[in-house]
Amino acid sequence: MHADAFDRYYAAESPLHRLDPRVKVVVTVAFILSNALLPDGAWAAFGLGWIFLLLANSASKLGVDFTFRRSFIALPFMLVAVSAIFAPSGQPLAEWTMGGISLVPTDAGLIRFGSILLRTWLSVQAGILLVAVTQFPDLIHAFEHLRVPAVLTTIVAFLYRYLFVLTDEVLRLLRARDSRSAALPGQKSGRTVFWRAQIAGHMAGQMFLRSYERSDRIYNAMLARGYAGQMRTLRAHLMRRRDWLVLSVSILALLFIQLIGRIG
Amino acid sequence: MHYAPAPLHIPDGFLNLVVSLIFWALTIIAVGIAISKTNKALGEKQVPLMGIMAAFIFAAQMLNFPVAGGTSGHFLGGALAAIVLGPWAGILVMTAVVAVQGLLFQDGGLLVMGANIFNMGILTAVIGFGLYRIVSGSANKTLKLAVAGVAAWLSTIAAALLTALQLWISGTSSLQIVMPAMLGVHVLIGIGEAIITVAALAFIMQSRPDLLQAEKVAEKGGRGWIAAGVIVSLIAVLLSPLASGDPDGLERVAEDLGFLEVGLDAPYTILPDYTIPFLGETALSTIVAGIVGALVVLGLMVVVGGMLKKRNA
Repeated sequence: MHADAFDRYYAAESPLHRLDPRVKVVVTVAFILSNALLPDGAWAAFGLGWIFLLLANSASKLGVDFTFRRSFIALPFMLVAVSAIFAPSGQPLAEWTMGGISLVPTDAGLIRFGSILLRTWLSVQAGILLVAVTQFPDLIHAFEHLRVPAVLTTIVAFLYRYLFVLTDEVLRLLRARDSRSAALPGQKSGRTVFWRAQIAGHMAGQMFLRSYERSDRIYNAMLARGYAGQMRTLRAHLMRRRDWLVLSVSILALLFIQLIGRIG
Repeated sequence: MHYAPAPLHIPDGFLNLVVSLIFWALTIIAVGIAISKTNKALGEKQVPLMGIMAAFIFAAQMLNFPVAGGTSGHFLGGALAAIVLGPWAGILVMTAVVAVQGLLFQDGGLLVMGANIFNMGILTAVIGFGLYRIVSGSANKTLKLAVAGVAAWLSTIAAALLTALQLWISGTSSLQIVMPAMLGVHVLIGIGEAIITVAALAFIMQSRPDLLQAEKVAEKGGRGWIAAGVIVSLIAVLLSPLASGDPDGLERVAEDLGFLEVGLDAPYTILPDYTIPFLGETALSTIVAGIVGALVVLGLMVVVGGMLKKRNA
């Protein structure tokens, strides 16, 4: 597998790509926080939030609909919120009968559901944009600057660096299992579900030992190259005037969205 | 990619701010302690080890096995990580896994990441290691594997239980739906988790017994973990049937939503409605049902552990 198989970075020359990663992280988190703070049914404020997102999209030069096209990833989880439609508070709107069971959607429930949907949808897009315009090592570095403990950021850096190596390992194991599992036409390959789960478990154990021993070798190799407990980067990441400007304008815009949401 | 999201990652927007921040605070405290503990125990060597282990958990979640009707069982790994690496290292590893899933794949939100880490990393470590620690000194391999299996099963259920409670407190879902749905699905997912954890542990015991020596396990976490693990497990066992079996007022919704309950979950075939028939529909009955369920799984795991040991020996 290619080393960048897990990369979500889209290279482009844009103001958003050049922005200091700290600013991007802070604004993304502030945007998600702002969505969480907006009251249910603040449609105008949600609309402004979307415009904010569209502006950020166009500033990334990846296309205005870049995040929209990738935003359906959180949809399966929406199932969990569907029950909010039938919240007992509020006026009943209709009564649907399906196979002897009646469903009563209420206005308050519908507003709640719509708001949850919008909040999630906007927040997911902000996250997608963040990793699309920031290289992952820069992102980790930004978190380090934002006082996330170095141990944690370094673990995450290792996870990212070796993920594709271990994924390759898993794919080899899966391919080996597939080639052992020949089946006659019309017959199931393998035995019971229990047996199959057990095989998967043995593969997990095998993977664990290979990873464990690999980490030993990696550590020794790093030690031989002068590793002293922390990762270094050649990128200085200095906050320039432009970075401060973007940061303050974005925060002001989010405060304005909050204001609209409160009076609306 | 081959990456399949597990149904426990809450996206942003589903938890309200108070709940999100409370769980962030709890997570930060636990992770902070974990960092200082592992620093003392392992020094700088810990970082590559835990980083690779985090990548292992991430990659191992791709190991699936066909169950039935196009669905497949997946591996979450929290309990296994805590048992083999120790609870503190397990917490750090799962924190990194959940962080990358949320940050890079938008599988789980950023503001709710504290809750996600707590549910899938900290809770699973407490139950996984706490229960295993009871028998870690025992010479009986079957018993060890059986307890590890129960711990893996319970940790999955506890994570689902807490996720459902968080969604309910946040006003996102009504308890009557989310609780039985979440628990119902994860009672089954947990069985897959238990079998994979047991098989993986049996494999590790066979090929690298030094990693799971009694003294080594005891070094990683003291007896305090037993108390924590047992208490949290008991809460999960007692609360699950109560929370999913008791409609708790709101009769209209509870009745109207019978449809969704049927649509989202199919289990409870062994214990109808999660109650014991002759005890009637009381809280006692549901608690007894929960204990019976746990004992059934324990029994199953003893059998499973025995079979795996024989095959490996």
